[in-house]
Amino acid sequence: MKDKDNFIYPYIPNSLPEFKQSMMREIGINEVDELYQDIPKELRFKGKMNLPKPLHSEMDLKRHMEEILSKNRTCEENVSFLGAGCWRHYVPAICDEINSRAEFLTAYAGEPYEDHGRFQALFEYESMMAELVDMDVVNVPTYDGAQAAATSLRMASRITGRKEVLIAGAIHPERLLVIKNYLNPDIKPISVNYDKVSGQVDLEDLRQKVSSKTAAIYFENPTYFGCIECQGENISRIAHEDGALVVTFVDPISLGVIAPPSHYGADIVCGDIQPLGIHMNYGGGCGGFIATRDEEKFVMEYPSRLFGITRTVVEGEWGFGDVAYERTSFAKREEGKEFVGTAAALWGITAGVYLALMGPQGMKDIGKTIMQKAQYAARKLSAINGVKAPLHDAPYFKEFVVDFNATGITVEEVNNALLKEGIFGGKDLSREFPPLGQSALYCITEVHSKNDIDHLVETLNEILTR
Amino acid sequence: MLENKKAKLRNFHQAHWDEPVIFELSAKGARGILVPEAEEEIKAEVGDGISRIPAHLRRKEPPALPELCQAQVLRHYLHLSQATLGADLNIEIGQGTCTIKYSPKINESFATSSKVTELHPFQAEGTVQGALEILYKTDMFLREISGLSRFVFQPGGGSHGLFAIASMIRAYHESRGESGKRDEIITTIFSHPSNAAAAAVKGFKVITLYPDKDGYPDVDALREAVSDRTAGLMITNPEDHGLFNSKIAEFTRIVHEAGGLCSYDQANANGILGMTRALEGGFDFCFFNLHKTFSSPHGCGGPAVGAVGVRKEFEQFLPVPLIDFDGEKYFLNYDVKNSIGKVRMFYGVLPVVARAYAWIMSLGEEGLKEVARIAVLNNNYLMRNISKIRGATIPYDAPGKHRLEQVRYSWEKLTKDTGVTTEDVQRRMCDFGMHYWTSHHPWIIPEPFTLEPTESYSKEELDEYVAALKQVSEEAYTDPEKVKNAPYNSCIHKIDPSLLDDPKKWAITWRSYLKKHGKDIDA
Repeated sequence: MKDKDNFIYPYIPNSLPEFKQSMMREIGINEVDELYQDIPKELRFKGKMNLPKPLHSEMDLKRHMEEILSKNRTCEENVSFLGAGCWRHYVPAICDEINSRAEFLTAYAGEPYEDHGRFQALFEYESMMAELVDMDVVNVPTYDGAQAAATSLRMASRITGRKEVLIAGAIHPERLLVIKNYLNPDIKPISVNYDKVSGQVDLEDLRQKVSSKTAAIYFENPTYFGCIECQGENISRIAHEDGALVVTFVDPISLGVIAPPSHYGADIVCGDIQPLGIHMNYGGGCGGFIATRDEEKFVMEYPSRLFGITRTVVEGEWGFGDVAYERTSFAKREEGKEFVGTAAALWGITAGVYLALMGPQGMKDIGKTIMQKAQYAARKLSAINGVKAPLHDAPYFKEFVVDFNATGITVEEVNNALLKEGIFGGKDLSREFPPLGQSALYCITEVHSKNDIDHLVETLNEILTR
Repeated sequence: MLENKKAKLRNFHQAHWDEPVIFELSAKGARGILVPEAEEEIKAEVGDGISRIPAHLRRKEPPALPELCQAQVLRHYLHLSQATLGADLNIEIGQGTCTIKYSPKINESFATSSKVTELHPFQAEGTVQGALEILYKTDMFLREISGLSRFVFQPGGGSHGLFAIASMIRAYHESRGESGKRDEIITTIFSHPSNAAAAAVKGFKVITLYPDKDGYPDVDALREAVSDRTAGLMITNPEDHGLFNSKIAEFTRIVHEAGGLCSYDQANANGILGMTRALEGGFDFCFFNLHKTFSSPHGCGGPAVGAVGVRKEFEQFLPVPLIDFDGEKYFLNYDVKNSIGKVRMFYGVLPVVARAYAWIMSLGEEGLKEVARIAVLNNNYLMRNISKIRGATIPYDAPGKHRLEQVRYSWEKLTKDTGVTTEDVQRRMCDFGMHYWTSHHPWIIPEPFTLEPTESYSKEELDEYVAALKQVSEEAYTDPEKVKNAPYNSCIHKIDPSLLDDPKKWAITWRSYLKKHGKDIDA
């Protein structure tokens, strides 16, 4: 039946004429259109939406979607060395098994009773992240790491009552754009230089810029260039001497082997959970975490949901619920802390599953494997005539800058040639950081085999000697 | 025949696994998954890798994560999933303002295809033409649905979309040298709290309009509120109680005449798809929740997309990049003159956009209109049935009055008569396997609850929900303690809230719980 009045939509049960009729009868109307009495004629849309002819059968829809999606070439079908804020790590099967469970996938805002499992899973996520960063409070995830960084800085501003933040220069440019817009108009971001040789914070410049107006010093570890920032303690001392807080953005998958920022003085730790069992999803796999000490002045400044543990009227039974809900914009509208809403909860549950699978030893092992492979790759790349890797004189975790300046060809040319061989070369930095000239940010993780790395090196060798 | 079937209440009990916190399940040395080791040649070349970390920065004690074998992790999380009442399982009409509809399963296969999940945001454009095509065409569809001229998908939720719009309103006034002067945003109390809250983050003072006696936003109050300090209006329509503000064009005109811009929060668009649009309403900005109206599942609260649209003249403020098509290929366009920069890294949550795209493709123009019509029909049917329940009232109702896609009801009478509150009803509804939400604060309507039946539930399901509410009402009048002490058949029993608001007692993580309350696991 295809005529307009009798067409039955599988997703719309009451499109059945019998249902429609009986419901209209009960309401006392003859036409559904009568229900739109409040919309004045001049506001009624009388035109036709120019939408494609619908694909009513599921099979036709599937064929159509597969045709579009087949135009994508994935990091699975090729070898990718792209990182820069979104990274390809191995995703354990159980992570996908859990986050595709209909109960979690389609739940939303249930109460601590019928959604007990959702509350517990997110409490456990908070708890496991807390162990990873060695702090006592972690939020239910926000949109992405950039949002976590931006909110961390607003929290620091409220806690200190100050309106300037110092931002270490070796920051992801996209993250910086998010932060700047989020702090505008009342909090002023001031950039701190990075040392051109080490890629780390220029402490002299930092000392010059820190003052009694500074709410926070923000730095990333590893930095955008992949360098491990080794001066955390010094940076924290400089910040704390002037009464400023330290906000550190960290890659959580590095924390099995690298000391968490709380160990070198960070007051607020933030980052992106995408590396923890979440597919890249073209950048849609990101989710942000914020961690602090369990002090009221910190906790009360979170805008996010914070799920806490409690007891029920039944002896021995766990319950969970919102901690200090009155902080939030749900409770207080514009008087609440920033705003809260749907963000990235399912990724939080997934990251929890990942950490539970990995355990302490898994996190240590993965850090080690990544560092070994990254060091191997840098060493092999550096052996290519004219290529320097890493550019910076600093230890690095999973990313490093590869300097192509001495090869005489551009990163764009290199990457185009690599693409023909099924390799996605590192991110071109020539536009983002012009002083680096023709350099690219390469990312190596546990997913890269020795063969992948050797193949990259051989292909580059061929390209550069053509 | 159909209408004579009497809804039968289920003898329901949700899964009650009495599940330990995962740390309680830890067994020293257990492994859930093993990590690939670097090849021997790599080890021979670089050694252990981690000695390159300066000694003072090496992690000395491993993170105290729980240790479990794989099946135990799986079982634990399956227990937790069973203790979660997703929309696939229940008649989820109790979460008004959130458009909990059916998320077609076929669309999951697109969202989780490796052709989506295994894409990196910095891949060459030529390798992601399928992804860009979906983003581009979904933008085109939303242009048709709204009448506006360009959409972006970066915002990771509705509140985030509102924040992006507030950022553009500020950028607009900055571009005219007026940002210092124009520092007020006007909203209404029945618009989502994030309209007010997101505006406040962007430094705006918030003026909130209250309804007139019939429940509509008060146009006289708006006239009084506007001035040369007005930056904009951020408003929803229909408002969160389901009434459509028929004077909306007058609202936007008044604000425009005062020099402000108008933002349309379209979280409540489900009943008006194809019926009325942002353009004709006089709006400069709008946003749609692709995870609500356009069927992508809610995922316990994200990942999500608040798709933000603008009129042509405001495209210059959009976050970068835009997605364009040159006739042959799709590409990322960073050339946006007065862009606010970015509100999220990269381009938005592609799996969510892909589901929305597929959903629109499966329905087409007539299907979208049918969604709207049935969502509204369902709602009015539900309303007429709830009006018959003792103790329930419908503020701003009148004979012959209809609502659009949702209604904010009140148990004020029930509470006065019996002492049973909307929060008590909320807990008791779990016992029937149904989700029920109160409402956003502040509760202008006393003891509120907001129901939005969408197009996804059958008449019989709506009847069952009503039957459960009716049962709870009857219990309130005959045995109020029963309702007050609920739930009985849910995953857990009534919680002790004293651990949630006291800084000395609250525990947001397990380690914090152990520090504050000791290891009373067996207590």
